[in-house]
Amino acid sequence: MTAAELIAVAAFAGGVFSQAFPAFGVERRGAPVQAFVRFDNKKIRLRSQIYEPDYIIVQDSSLIGDVNVFHGVKPGGIVIVNTEKAINYPIPEGVNVISIDATSIALKELGLPITNTALMGAFVAATGEIEFSALEDALKQRFHGDLATKNVAAARAAYDFVKGAA
Amino acid sequence: MMEIMEGSHAVARAVTMCRPQVIAAYPITPQTHIVEALAEIVANCELDADYITVESEFSALSACLGASAAGSRVYSATTSQGLALMFEVCFNVAGMRQPVVMSIVNRALGAPLSIWNDHQDSISLRDSGWMQFYAEDNQEATDLHYIAYKVAEDHRVLLPSFVCFDGFILSHTYEPVDMLNQEQADSYLPPFKPYHRLDADDPISFGLFASPDYYQEFRYENDQALRSAQDVVASCGREFGEMFGRDYSGLVEAYRLDDADTAIVAMGSLCGTVKDAIDELRDAGKKVGLLKIRSFRPFPAEEIKSALSGVSRVAVLDKNISLGSKGAACLEIRDALYGSQIPVLGYVLALGGRDVRKKDIAAIVDNAEKGRGDIVYGLREELLK
Repeated sequence: MTAAELIAVAAFAGGVFSQAFPAFGVERRGAPVQAFVRFDNKKIRLRSQIYEPDYIIVQDSSLIGDVNVFHGVKPGGIVIVNTEKAINYPIPEGVNVISIDATSIALKELGLPITNTALMGAFVAATGEIEFSALEDALKQRFHGDLATKNVAAARAAYDFVKGAA
Repeated sequence: MMEIMEGSHAVARAVTMCRPQVIAAYPITPQTHIVEALAEIVANCELDADYITVESEFSALSACLGASAAGSRVYSATTSQGLALMFEVCFNVAGMRQPVVMSIVNRALGAPLSIWNDHQDSISLRDSGWMQFYAEDNQEATDLHYIAYKVAEDHRVLLPSFVCFDGFILSHTYEPVDMLNQEQADSYLPPFKPYHRLDADDPISFGLFASPDYYQEFRYENDQALRSAQDVVASCGREFGEMFGRDYSGLVEAYRLDDADTAIVAMGSLCGTVKDAIDELRDAGKKVGLLKIRSFRPFPAEEIKSALSGVSRVAVLDKNISLGSKGAACLEIRDALYGSQIPVLGYVLALGGRDVRKKDIAAIVDNAEKGRGDIVYGLREELLK
């Protein structure tokens, strides 16, 4: 949910309307959850969940196989997976899967396995939907001092990784 | 200034700018983020209020009732089972004509237990005498709090008010909201001037015993006050629009309704999805429009009758059900249109948080065109065998 909120904040900072919401009710750490983000040039009125996403971020690759994390993604869509190993799962045709070890990046930059900001850096690099500077603004709104610097560094490392791999 | 934030936090900030002097609330999902935020705001001395922590919702609203009777502007927030526990106090607050404002973060009622959204909680307090306003988005959810206080405290009204917005769908959603600043809020909402208040130097009593010779007149006056609140809602909504550019003078709001064959009637966040669905249906050549009910109590029957006078059929969407009968809005609309030849078809849907998509709205319009209504839409037949 934090990643979805941050993407919405970054998109808004970049000059578009955005909306982020969770699809679960029980907010507890560790439970599998879904969160959705929309952004648009005009005010967003639609409230339904997203069934055909343009982009998917999978924060925990151990879900792959238990849950069809690729459900509804269209050809040309991008799926960013946090994983340290290759994905051993059939990928829908025309879908671009980007694997990134966001956990290691988070451990290195933050000292904690909290992958939200690294995955956002990867998202910004992979999709080009948001400028990195808007992401940086969003992170500095959410975090302060040393924590802001560390989170921006995690986002930057993931951004550079994806840009380098492309 | 447009800012992006969670719905609950936007509401907590709007409530802060309404300057309540007493807040009493008990946390319950999905209302929790509001009262947590307010507790922090009071603790940080950003709002000069007494924040009373209580052991239940019954006590929360009882504390608000007492504080209001003593002459304070008060605030609470709850949902679902919490509101159910307030049932008795709700009738007392309205009967004693105390202008309490309470956010209802709409959630289904148990059993079975559900933390997800529908409108059964506030609708079940339909007959209590509280005003009920329903927000389509977080902008309305914040703006309606200022308006609710102004209307409730107007000496022509003196009734409590729910500001209802959908649990999770709005409360937990981040989206842009144009927040007033304190100066703007103060210029719109003056300090609370109680009509009567408890005062040891000039003692009066509230909520006394009324024998059969008196009780009915109290209820009649309560009913009259709620009915005549319509004009005050309209004028306070218009004034808000003149000051800040967002007009709330209508107790209902029409969307592409002028030449519509099928009118959809809905309340709350569902209206946004319905508007998008209507745009697509219009592109496909179907003349469909929406009448959004923002004020369910007072109920603007004449305004609704006039708005729907030109349509061929009305499809009413209810996120609630009066078991053994129909959805609450459907019954009201049918009553408002009694004597006209316009068919009113009811659709109960989205109970306990079931998602509603644009294609569901299209399917309901299709049903309405075929004259098939008064159903629970979207049942999973395989679960009913």
